[in-house]
Amino acid sequence: MIAREAYRSVGLITGGRVIDPASGFDGIADVLIDEHGRVVRIEQCPGGRRPDAGPHAVIDATGKIVTPGFVDLHVHLREPGREDEETVASGSTAGVKGGFTTVCCMPNTDPPIADQETVRFVLDRAQSAPGRVHPIGAITRDREGKALAQISEMIEAGAVAFSDDGAPVASAGLMRRAMQYAQMFGVPIVEHCEVMELSGQGVMHEGVTSSKLGLKGIPAASEEICLARDIALARETGCHIHGAHLSTKGSVEIVRRAKHEGVKVTAEVTPHHLILTDDIIARDFDPLFKVNPPLRTQEDVLALREGLRDGAIDCIATDHAPHAWQEKDGEFDLAPFGMVGLETALGVCIKALIDSGVLDWKTLIDCLTNRPSRVFNLSAGALKAGAPADIVVIDPKATWTVGVNNLISKCKNSPFLGWELQGVVTAAVVDGRLVHHTNGGHSAASPEQSARARR
Amino acid sequence: MDETMTVTETQKKAQSESGAVEVSGAEQNPGRLRIKHLLGLEGVCREDIELIFATSRSFKDILDRPIKKVPPLRGQTVVNLFYEPSTRTRISFELAEKRLSADIVNFTASASSVQKGESLRDTVKNILAMKTDVIVIRHPCAGAPHFLTRATDAIILNAGDGSHEHPTQGLLDIYTMWERWGDVKGKRVLIVGDILHSRVARSNIWGLLTVGAQVAVCGPATLMPAFVHHIGVEVFTNLDKALAPGADAINCLRIQRERQSSDFLPSMREYSRLYGIDARRAASLRPGGLIMHPGPMNRGVEITSDVADGENSVILDQVTNGLAVRMAALYLLCGGQAPAKEEGV
Repeated sequence: MIAREAYRSVGLITGGRVIDPASGFDGIADVLIDEHGRVVRIEQCPGGRRPDAGPHAVIDATGKIVTPGFVDLHVHLREPGREDEETVASGSTAGVKGGFTTVCCMPNTDPPIADQETVRFVLDRAQSAPGRVHPIGAITRDREGKALAQISEMIEAGAVAFSDDGAPVASAGLMRRAMQYAQMFGVPIVEHCEVMELSGQGVMHEGVTSSKLGLKGIPAASEEICLARDIALARETGCHIHGAHLSTKGSVEIVRRAKHEGVKVTAEVTPHHLILTDDIIARDFDPLFKVNPPLRTQEDVLALREGLRDGAIDCIATDHAPHAWQEKDGEFDLAPFGMVGLETALGVCIKALIDSGVLDWKTLIDCLTNRPSRVFNLSAGALKAGAPADIVVIDPKATWTVGVNNLISKCKNSPFLGWELQGVVTAAVVDGRLVHHTNGGHSAASPEQSARARR
Repeated sequence: MDETMTVTETQKKAQSESGAVEVSGAEQNPGRLRIKHLLGLEGVCREDIELIFATSRSFKDILDRPIKKVPPLRGQTVVNLFYEPSTRTRISFELAEKRLSADIVNFTASASSVQKGESLRDTVKNILAMKTDVIVIRHPCAGAPHFLTRATDAIILNAGDGSHEHPTQGLLDIYTMWERWGDVKGKRVLIVGDILHSRVARSNIWGLLTVGAQVAVCGPATLMPAFVHHIGVEVFTNLDKALAPGADAINCLRIQRERQSSDFLPSMREYSRLYGIDARRAASLRPGGLIMHPGPMNRGVEITSDVADGENSVILDQVTNGLAVRMAALYLLCGGQAPAKEEGV
C-alpha cells in the first residue's frame, strides 16, 4: 500500500487565489477533488455557494494562494548508503513541507543509481514517501565516467533523466556517445557543469573574496566551458541537455544564445544562488556556505534572476544536499559541498524574486511547477481536470524563522539558519491526500537557533 | 532595493558582534584592546595596532635585562596547537609565553592528521577540558582559528592559517618599520614574491594600509591574488617598474619550490632573474630604507646573500621584534593594560 493513502482525503480547497501557470488561470476559485484523488474542476467565484465535498476534508484557503504541487528536478536523498543523512521517505517529507510534491533524486548514492535494480529499489522506497519520487539514473557505469550505464533498462524501471551529478563526465567523447544514445529514448541528460582541471582543489568562487581569504577558488570558466561543450554536443546529437544549478552570468548567456539557435537545452538555478553571494564566507569561514557550484558574486545573482525572468533559465531546483552536522562543523577546506534546501526554497524565492520585483507570483509558480515538469516530461505541475490532485496552499503573509529545530530534514546544514522567511506552505496535497499541513504557528526560537541567528 | 544588499548588511552586523572585529567598550577602556581574538589584521583598527606597538616597546626593554621574565600571565595556560611544521614561529611564541610566566602546552599534529584524525572541535574541547585559557593555532586550513572562536570560549591567536593571515608576523614586520622610522604613515613598502599563497603578505597589506603606509606588491601574475586590485594597493608584475619610484622598505617573501612543479612558474632560475632582490635592485631603496624577509630565506633565489646580510637588512631585528610583539599581543589579549603612554605613537 502507498503510504499517503493513510492521510486524510481532501474534497475541496475553497476561497483561495488559484494560480495554475500551465493553463494561465489566476483568480479566486474553488478546487474540487473527487474520491479517487483527481481534480474535478476549478470553479471561479461560486457566489458564496460552496460545492459539496462529500465526506472529504475541506481546506479553507481564503487569503491564501493555491497552486499545483512544486516539482524539484534536483535533490539528493542519500538512500541507499547514507540513511543517517536522509532517506527517500525523510527527504520527501521535507519536500512536501516545502511544497515539493514531486522530487527527482540524483544517483550519487552508495551504490549509485546506475542500474535497474537500484532504480527499482528507490521507487520501492518511494512507496512509503508522502510525495512523488522519480529517480535520475547515472550516465556512466558506477558514475566513473568510463563506460555507458544501461540507460534503456533504467528507463524501463522508471528513471526519468540521466546524470553523473557531482562528477561531470570528463570525456567529451563519452559524453557525445551518451547523448547520441539517450536521444533515441527522448530522455534528458543532466550535466553538473564543471571542468575538474580548472576547479582543482577549489572550495569557493574564485574572485576577490577567495583571494582575500586565502581559500582556493573555482573559476566561473570551470562551469562555462563544460556547459558550452555540452551545448555543442547537443547541437550535433539532437539530445536534450539540461544544465544543473547554473551559477554564473556567463552560463546564463551561453544558454540564452543556444536557445535562440534552437538547441535543445534547458537549465535550472537553485534558490541559494539567487540570493547568497561569496562574500558571506568572509564572515567567519562557515562551511554551511560551502556548496558546489559555489556562491558567486552579486553580478551573477542578478544575471541568474534575469535569466529566470526572460526564460533563459527554465526552472528553480533546490539541489537539496543533506550532510551530517559533524561534517559541516570544522575547517572550511575539509567540509563537504552542499546545503539542504527543500524547506526554505519558497521563502527564499519569494525574497529573491518577488520582493525584489523580478518575477510576479504567476511566473515564480511557473518556475516551481509547470516549467520543471516539462523539462523532464513529467505529468505533474498543473491543475488539470482528471489529473491527480497534487496541490499546495501557500500563506504568503505567514513568516517563520529557520532554525535547526524546525527543519524536518534529517540534516540541518542550511545556509539560512536564523533567517526570517515570509511565505509558508500551509497544506500539501498529493493524490488528493493531505500529506502536510500546518496552522502557520511557529514556536519561539531556541537558544541554539538564536545563537546561529546572531552569526 | 536589492535583497542581497540586506544580506551583506546583516553580515557586517553579525561580524561586528562576532568578536573578530569587536569595537564596543574600547572608549571606556583606554589602554585595552578592542579585539577579543587576534585572527588577522584585516579589520583591526589603528588604535589596537598602536597599542600593541607601544606595549611591544616596553617588552623589548625587558628582553635586554639580565632577568628576561615578567609575571603577568602567571597561572594562565597557553596551548600552542600546531598542525603545520614550524620552527621559528613556534619557538617565538613559546619564548614569549615563557617570558610572560605562562604555563605552556605544546600540541603538534601533522598536517595529514587534519584529515584523518580527531576533529578539530574534539581536539580543542579536550585541551580546554584541562582548563586552558589561550590557544595559539597554526593550521593549513584558512579560517581554522575562526572556527575555534565559534567552537570554544578560549582566547584565540592565529599563528598562520593556510594562505589567509599570519597577524603576528604582519605586526612584527610593521613594528620593525615603526621602530626605525617613528611613523609608518606615507612610507612606501614593496612586498615582492608569491602574494597569492602568502599569509604574511595579507597580514602586512592590511596592517600597513591601516597605519597609513603606501603599499605596493610585485610578483608574477600567476601568483597575484585578485583582491589586491580592489583595496588601494599598487600592483606590479615588473619589479624594476615597482622599484622605480623608490621604496622605504622591500619585504621579500619566501618562494616555495613546489610552485614550480605546480606550474605557477617555469623555473626558479627565471623567478630569481625576474623577482630576486640583488644589490642593484636594493639600491633603489630610499635613505633609511629597509630590507626585510619573514624567513626562512632561500639565499640566491628571492634574495642574494649580500643584500640579506647588508647594512639595510633588518631581518634579524624582525626575529627579535617578533618576540616582543607576541608578548604584547598575548599580554593585551589576556586583559593586560598598556603601559602609561610616554610619547605619541
